[in-house]
Amino acid sequence: MSNSQAAGAPPKRTIDVVNASLKRRYARERRFRLVGLAAVILGLTFVGLLFADIIAKGHTAFVQTYIQLPVTFEAQTLDPAGTRDPETLAGANYQAVIRDALRSEFPQVTERRATRALASMISVGAPSHLRDMVLANPDLIGTTREVWLLADDDIDMLMKGHIDRNLPESERRVKDQTVAWVEQLESRGRIEKRFNTIFFTTGTSREPELAGIAGALMGSFYTLVLTLLISFPIGVGAALYLEEFAPKNRWTDLIEVNINNLAAVPSIVFGLLGLAVFISIFGVPRSTPLVAALVLSLMTLPTIIIASRAALKSVPPSIREAALGVGASPLQTQMHHVLPLAMPGMLTGTIIGMAQALGETAPLLMIGMIAFIVDIPSGFTSPTTVLPVQIFLWADSPERAFVERTSAAIMVLLAFLILMNLGAVLLRRRFERRW
Amino acid sequence: MQTSTLLIIVLGLMSLAYYVGRKRAIVSAGGAGRISTLHSLPTYYGLYAALWAGIPAILLMALWTAFQDEILVTLVKAELPGSMLEGLTPGAVGLLVNDIKNLASGAIVSRVATPEMQAAADRFSLFSQIAVWAMWLGVLAFAVGGMAFAWARTKPQMRARNRVESIFMVILVVFSSIAILTTLGIVLSVLFESLRFFQEISPLDFFFGTLWSPQTALRADQVGATGAFGAVPLFTGTLMVSTIAMLVAVPIGLMSAIYLSEYAPRRVRSWAKPTLEVLAGVPTVVYGFFAALTVAPFIRELGMSMGLDVASESALAAGLVMGVMIIPFVSSLSEDVINAVPQAMRDGSYALGATQSETIRRVIIPAALPGIVGGVLLAVSRAIGETMIVVMAAGLAANLTANPLDSVTTVTVQIVTLLTGDQEFDSAKTMAAFALGLTLFAVTLVLNVIALQIVRKYREQYE
Repeated sequence: MSNSQAAGAPPKRTIDVVNASLKRRYARERRFRLVGLAAVILGLTFVGLLFADIIAKGHTAFVQTYIQLPVTFEAQTLDPAGTRDPETLAGANYQAVIRDALRSEFPQVTERRATRALASMISVGAPSHLRDMVLANPDLIGTTREVWLLADDDIDMLMKGHIDRNLPESERRVKDQTVAWVEQLESRGRIEKRFNTIFFTTGTSREPELAGIAGALMGSFYTLVLTLLISFPIGVGAALYLEEFAPKNRWTDLIEVNINNLAAVPSIVFGLLGLAVFISIFGVPRSTPLVAALVLSLMTLPTIIIASRAALKSVPPSIREAALGVGASPLQTQMHHVLPLAMPGMLTGTIIGMAQALGETAPLLMIGMIAFIVDIPSGFTSPTTVLPVQIFLWADSPERAFVERTSAAIMVLLAFLILMNLGAVLLRRRFERRW
Repeated sequence: MQTSTLLIIVLGLMSLAYYVGRKRAIVSAGGAGRISTLHSLPTYYGLYAALWAGIPAILLMALWTAFQDEILVTLVKAELPGSMLEGLTPGAVGLLVNDIKNLASGAIVSRVATPEMQAAADRFSLFSQIAVWAMWLGVLAFAVGGMAFAWARTKPQMRARNRVESIFMVILVVFSSIAILTTLGIVLSVLFESLRFFQEISPLDFFFGTLWSPQTALRADQVGATGAFGAVPLFTGTLMVSTIAMLVAVPIGLMSAIYLSEYAPRRVRSWAKPTLEVLAGVPTVVYGFFAALTVAPFIRELGMSMGLDVASESALAAGLVMGVMIIPFVSSLSEDVINAVPQAMRDGSYALGATQSETIRRVIIPAALPGIVGGVLLAVSRAIGETMIVVMAAGLAANLTANPLDSVTTVTVQIVTLLTGDQEFDSAKTMAAFALGLTLFAVTLVLNVIALQIVRKYREQYE
C-alpha cells in the first residue's frame, strides 16, 4: 500500500482499488492452490491406502502353518495283507495314522471330545498327503518318520495372530485347550510357518488351507491367450480398413461412432450378450475359456481398434507415398511399410486391452465362470474359473482364512497387471518415434 | 477326434499348399531365374493356394460345428416313439433330450433310463460318431480339393496378387463390421428377451412400480414371494450410489487435473500423474473387496461411534469407493480438455493482471466447460454401469430410501443376482434381468452419445 496517501482519504485511482484487493486475491490464490494440492494428495493417499490394505491383509498368506508329528506307518493299518498292492494302499485309513501320531505326541489327552478337538488341528488334506507319500515310497510302511503335516486353517490363523489369544474363550474360534496344545507344540519346536506352495499349485477348495490359485491362474492364462488370438488380428484388421481403405461416408462414420460407443458400454452388458448369443444360440459350452474369450474379445476390440488407428495415423504420409511411388500396391504399402511402423503403438494398445480383460469380472459372472471348479483346466474347452472371479468367490467366503487368501490372490493379480502395464510403457519408450 | 486337431491339420495343409503353390509358380515360369515372366511374385501364388486350401475348409468346419447338434437332436427326436413326447412342454422335451445326450456320453442322468431312451441314446452316439467322421472327411476333402484347384490354375499369366489382395480386403471389411455386429447383437439379445418380459409384466409396472421382489412363488401359499417387478427402488439406488461416487470423483478429479496441469512442477507431475492413473488400472473386483472388507466396516464403526445406525452394506461405502475408482477417469479427461484451451487465452488473462487462480476460474474453466461436462457424463455412465463394487459392497434389499447410510441395491446388482442363480432361461426372473440390461444399455448409450458429441464439438472448436 502506498503510504504517501493521506490517512482517511478514500482511494480514488484504479491502481489503489487493485492494490487494496491484492492481499485478498493472493490469499485466494494460495487457497485455490492448496485445494488443488490437497486433491492430488488425497488421490495419492487412496492409492497408498488401497495397496497398503491389500498387502497388510494378504502378505501372511504366502506362508502356511505346518505341524511336525512322528508318524508311524503301521503295517497293520495300512497294508494288513502285506501285498503292497497300490489299491489297498490308496484306500487305507490314513486318518487313523494321524490320530495315532497325535496320541503319541499328546499322551495325556484321552477324553473323546478332546481327542476329536486334537485331530481337528490337522488339516483334512493331511491324510491324502500321507497317502501320496506312501504310494511314492511303499518302503515307508513299518517305519516311523517325522512328518510336517498341514495345520487346519484355525490353527494357521492363530499362529499368524489373526485370532487374538487374549480374547475371552467364548468369543474365540479356537478354544483354550487347543491354544494350550499349540503352545506346547511351539515350545517343542514342532509347529512352524513355511512357504505356502499349496497356494500356487492347487485349485480352489472349501478348506482355506487347501485352496490355491493355480486353477484360476491357468484359466486366466487360457482365456487371455484365446482373447489375444481373436481380438488382435480382428482389431488390427478393422483399424487398417477403417483408417486406410474405407471410403469416408455415412457408413464408416456410423462404424466410427459405434466403436467409440462400444468402448463405453458397461461390461456387464457384454455378459448379457454372451449369455444370450454365444451360450443360448450357438451352444458354446459354459464356464470355459472359449466363451470367456469370445466375450472378452468383443469387449477389448474397441480399445485395440482405437489404439491401432491412432498408431496408423501417426505414420507420416510420406512413407505411403514413397512406397506407392516405387510401385507397391496399396495393400503391399500397408503390409510392408505402414503396419511395421505402427506395430509398437498397436501392441501397446493391445497390452492395455489385455490388462483390462485380465481384470474383468462382471461379464464372466453371467457366463457361468462362478461355478465351483477344483480341477486345474487342461484346455480351451474345459470348465474353469479365472483369477478375478476366484477373488470374488473367496471374498464371499465366511472363513477368516479366506480373507488373507483373497488379498494374496489380489496381490498376484495386481502383480500381473503391473507387469503388463510396465511392458506397455517400456514398449512405448523403446519404439516410439516422433516423425 | 477333436475339432482342434482338425483345425491344426487344416493349418498344416495350408502351409503345405503355400509351399506347393509357390514351387508350382516357379516351375511354370521355367525356373527361379525366369520368375520375372510371372504376373505376381511367387509368394502370391503360394498365398493363393493356401487361401483356397484353408478358407472353404474352415468355413465348412464352422458351419458344421454350429449346426451338428441341432440336426442330430432333430433326427433323434423324430425317431422317438410318439408316446414319449405326448403332452410334454417344450421345457420337458429339452430335459428329455438332455438326458438322452447324457446317457450317450455316460454322464449322470436325472431319471431311470427306459429302453426307449437307451435306444435313442445309442442312436445319438452312433449319429454323432458318423457326423464327426463325415466332418473330418468333408473338411479334409475341401482342403485338398482347394489346393488341387489352385494348383491347376497356377499359370504365369494368372493375376495371383490381385486375387489374394481382394480376398484380404474382404477379410478386412468383415473384421471391421464385427463392431457393428456386436452392437446389433447386444441390442437384439436384450431387446428380444425384454419384449418377452414386457408381455408378462406391463412396462408401466416395471418403470413406475415401487416394489421389487423378483422371487416368484413356487407354491401359492408362499410368503414373501410376490414376484413384483417394480424397478423404481433399483433406479433410485443406482442414482444414489452414482451420485455419491460423482460427489467424490468430480471435485477431487477436477482439482487434481487443474493442479497437475497448471501448477505442479514438471518433476512432481511426471510421477504423480501415472501414480493416480494406477487407480484406473486396478480391477473393479479389488475395489469391491476393499469396499466390502475395509471401507464398509470402517464407516459402520464410525457411524456407531456417532450414534448413527449404519447398515453393514451401506450405499455410502459402495459410492465412496466407486468415486475413488472414477477419480483418474475424470482427471485425465479434464486434463485433456484443459490442455486444449489455447495458451493465448491464458496469456491474455495474465496480461490483464489476473492471478493464476482467477485465470483458471474465469477463463479456462468456462472455456473448457463443455469438455468437462462431456467427461463427467462419461464418468456418470461408467458409475451407472459399474458392477463388481456394488455387487460386493451394496446390498440386495430393494429399499426405496434417500438415506445413504441405508442399504440399497442397483440395476447391475440385480442383473447379476437374477442371472447367477439356478433358474430356467425363460422364467420371468431371467427375462427381468434382460429388461434391466436393456434399460442400462439405453441410458448409458444416450449418456455416451451426448458426451462424445459434446467432447467432439469442443475439440473442433479449438483446433
